[in-house]
Amino acid sequence: MPTVTITVNGNTVSRAVEGRTLLVHFLREQLGLTGTHVGCDTSQCGACVVLVDGRSIKSCTMLAAQADGREVTTIEGLAAADGTLHPMQAAFRQHHGLQYGFCTPGMVMSAVELARTTPHLTEQAVRDGLEGNICRCTGYHNIVKAILAGAEAMQVEPVAQAAE
Amino acid sequence: MTNPAGTHPAGANPSGIGASIRRREDQRFLTGRGTYTDDINRPHQVHAFILRSPYAHARIGGFDLTAARAAPGVVAIFTGADLVADKVGSLPCGWQIHSKDGSPMIEPPHPPLVTDRVRHVGDQVALVLAETKAQARDAAELIVVDYQELPAVTGTRDALAPGAPLVHDQAASNLCFDWHLGDPAAVDAAFARAHHVTRIDLINNRLIANAMEPRAAIGEYDRATDDYTLWTTSQNPHVIRLLMGGFVLGIPEHKLRVIAPDVGGGFGSKIFHYAEEALVTWAARKIHRPVKWTADRSESFMSDAHGRDHVTHAELALDANGKFLGLRVNTIANMGAYLSTFAPSVPTYLYATLLAGQYATPAIYAEVRAVFTHTVPVDAYRGAGRPEACYVIERLVENAARELGIDRAELRRRNFIPPSAMPYATPVALEYDCGLFHRDLDEALTLIDYAGFPARKADSARRGKLRGIGFANYIEACGIAPSNIAGALGARAGLYESAEVRFHPTGSVTVFTGSHSHGQGHETTFSQLVSDRFGIPIDKIEIVHGDTSKVPFGMGTYGSRSLAVGGSAIAKAMDKIVAKGRKIAAHMLEAAETDIEFNAGRFSVAGTDRALGIADIALSAYVPHNYPLDELEPGLDEQSFYDPKNFTFPNGCQICELEIDPDTGVTKILAFVAADDFGKVINPMIVEGQVHGGIAQGIGQALMENCVYDSQSGQLLTGSYMDYCMPRADDLPSFQVAYHEEAPCTHNPLGVKGCGEAGTIGGSAAVMNAVVDALADRGITHLDMPATPERVWRALRDAMPAQAAE
Repeated sequence: MPTVTITVNGNTVSRAVEGRTLLVHFLREQLGLTGTHVGCDTSQCGACVVLVDGRSIKSCTMLAAQADGREVTTIEGLAAADGTLHPMQAAFRQHHGLQYGFCTPGMVMSAVELARTTPHLTEQAVRDGLEGNICRCTGYHNIVKAILAGAEAMQVEPVAQAAE
Repeated sequence: MTNPAGTHPAGANPSGIGASIRRREDQRFLTGRGTYTDDINRPHQVHAFILRSPYAHARIGGFDLTAARAAPGVVAIFTGADLVADKVGSLPCGWQIHSKDGSPMIEPPHPPLVTDRVRHVGDQVALVLAETKAQARDAAELIVVDYQELPAVTGTRDALAPGAPLVHDQAASNLCFDWHLGDPAAVDAAFARAHHVTRIDLINNRLIANAMEPRAAIGEYDRATDDYTLWTTSQNPHVIRLLMGGFVLGIPEHKLRVIAPDVGGGFGSKIFHYAEEALVTWAARKIHRPVKWTADRSESFMSDAHGRDHVTHAELALDANGKFLGLRVNTIANMGAYLSTFAPSVPTYLYATLLAGQYATPAIYAEVRAVFTHTVPVDAYRGAGRPEACYVIERLVENAARELGIDRAELRRRNFIPPSAMPYATPVALEYDCGLFHRDLDEALTLIDYAGFPARKADSARRGKLRGIGFANYIEACGIAPSNIAGALGARAGLYESAEVRFHPTGSVTVFTGSHSHGQGHETTFSQLVSDRFGIPIDKIEIVHGDTSKVPFGMGTYGSRSLAVGGSAIAKAMDKIVAKGRKIAAHMLEAAETDIEFNAGRFSVAGTDRALGIADIALSAYVPHNYPLDELEPGLDEQSFYDPKNFTFPNGCQICELEIDPDTGVTKILAFVAADDFGKVINPMIVEGQVHGGIAQGIGQALMENCVYDSQSGQLLTGSYMDYCMPRADDLPSFQVAYHEEAPCTHNPLGVKGCGEAGTIGGSAAVMNAVVDALADRGITHLDMPATPERVWRALRDAMPAQAAE
């Protein structure tokens, strides 16, 4: 089996993987990072979104081998080391943007990139930007509010942004 | 008055009743530290893969397992014959319906693994256990099954057609039961004197719940103690323990622990006892290793119980003033291939009993035929029967208003059950305790600016768009109860809830509840109940749920029952804490027990400044040095089993306004408002979130979601998110929701009614009424759900010649 070396949440790890191992299964089963979820098998739901080299990606669409040599951030790596929530996480909490929390890690990771790459987010831009994430609980109402607020907070907290 | 999220009465306990405190569970979910079943791994576990039927209906001639057993990593492969040899039972049904003629429903066996016949695509054929999930899946592909394909029937109406293929030999014409409710003679008399009759034929489309967490289960067996443990994605672990232990595997309660950890949503689909739970538990003992199974989403589509799937003809009789005289409803309900846990209750006692809606219709008669088909079993999905009832009534009312030329709001007002008539006994077996239906309607009309609608419609018309508005005035019955009545109606379980409130010596509290939280935020809301009553901060309160070894008993969470039943059980247990605390305080304060007052966590002697905090009382209870030991046991730990006196009746008015592009058939929702009555509200923020999510599922059913089988092959055509259209963020608007607390439930200690299903119950009816309203000018009076662009476009195209001819 080939060996991959991936930097996950700042820690560089090397593991032997089967060629068919998806990044999401590598994270969950080999590294025990179970915050990244699997909600479907057709790359539709977005529960498995992580950041690879800073870009949001569905980790079920990528082989672990393809992540070799790259930097991956999962939901476990988003908050500060002292437990302080990332502004986007804090906004989801403040605006009740989650209920059972299964889509949440992927939502938050998608939202972080959306906020970072889209200046002056509007409600419509958030709704369009969530095309790849399904939530069954919230009706998206509070997720949209949370992302708008989280994006604003990320603008005023450049330190947190730079730390990612 | 509307109480917007984020506010609470000034001066009140900041974490008490009415405060929109942020959720306690969010920290772990937001940081990826929730523990869902698939996140759990047990030492030496094997992985299970379930080989499922690719056919809707086939006879199994035999298996060749040789190659599969020799595949890498395979530990064991089991088929139905192995279960039969071990005397594994059938998956039981928890509700028995009797037909009109008094005969019990046809209740065919539902084996966890089939033996000689498969009856739907996805039926369980073999269990493969291997060292990895991939190896188990690879091995399953090597299993040779000798299938002889048989004709199948999947359509609800088709099931009763002469000559339709039979799903079970014992169910002639595929009929499971032929049930009725109400007074047919009174209804006939009402129709005989009617000024006008509105008729409708409609389909309530089959849905798939699609909780984002796929089902999963881990079974473990301890040889040393003969104890079993099952981790499962369940809304009600005690019910699974009872059904699986008692009926399928023969494991007594004291030897079976069922844990439902963090569960990623249920919406009804995780109420039921599923084959996979029994298979992993049984197999763990066979191979003496833990067995883990997690569904792929494709498996979820073909193995999670589906919802709805009714075909209905209904008629409403009105007098010359638009007063409703009688309602006649005839429904065929699809049960699927087997009876899922609570399936028979859904199109009967959760449906026909709600057909009065908010209206004083004096005579109602409903007939329901339940049929077997070669499809996945159908059971409760968010709302369960009540959205189907609301849809029938509200579509009829809207059409009646149009036919009679009476404003839709006015027609509803003329027929509302007035507050003065409460408590009100409906002609379909319920007694509503309270409800201010005019008030809900008025608030919703204000929110949507109903008076401004004609101008907005004209504006849309100028832009070439068809604008419509639609109402749903819903009422639901939550917290099915009391147990003795439910039992008389066919329930094979009690419908109470348990709670244990344990005060610890240093003043913190653990609450053990039989309710189960899978998104509803019980850890927050239930803590608020305790904080409010005992005056202690939230961080000194722990809510424990989802583990049969910790919680005394539980019926779980479904039917919006958690707060009304589970919360009331907590309130009752807290009453006992206060009663005992009063005795302890009387002793310590050297006063008569009758002179002790309790308020916000303090016991005081009436008319004096002598008082003790409840934490002092708790300490004394565990260190009973100055304590009435002659008359009182030490400790401060109380239990309650609360069995409600009646259902609760949440109600409200939802209004949808939308615009249709006649060129493309695309519907865009412009506004959706809901004015609700949930009785007393504990956490407004959480309640509003529940309403948002419910509305989204109602809109989903109305505009996009649809479970489709191929009528010839019986194949599930909507077997993935590529084909089953889930509502996404850009399909939905933001919602305007409001509620009032002026009509608290009259019979439970908290005055609460439940809010989990409300949005879904009215949502689809409001949207479809708006769609039909938009299309009415083109002569369209009905469209079945989902109103996809294609359906809308075809309906407009089909209506065009008629319009041209006029």
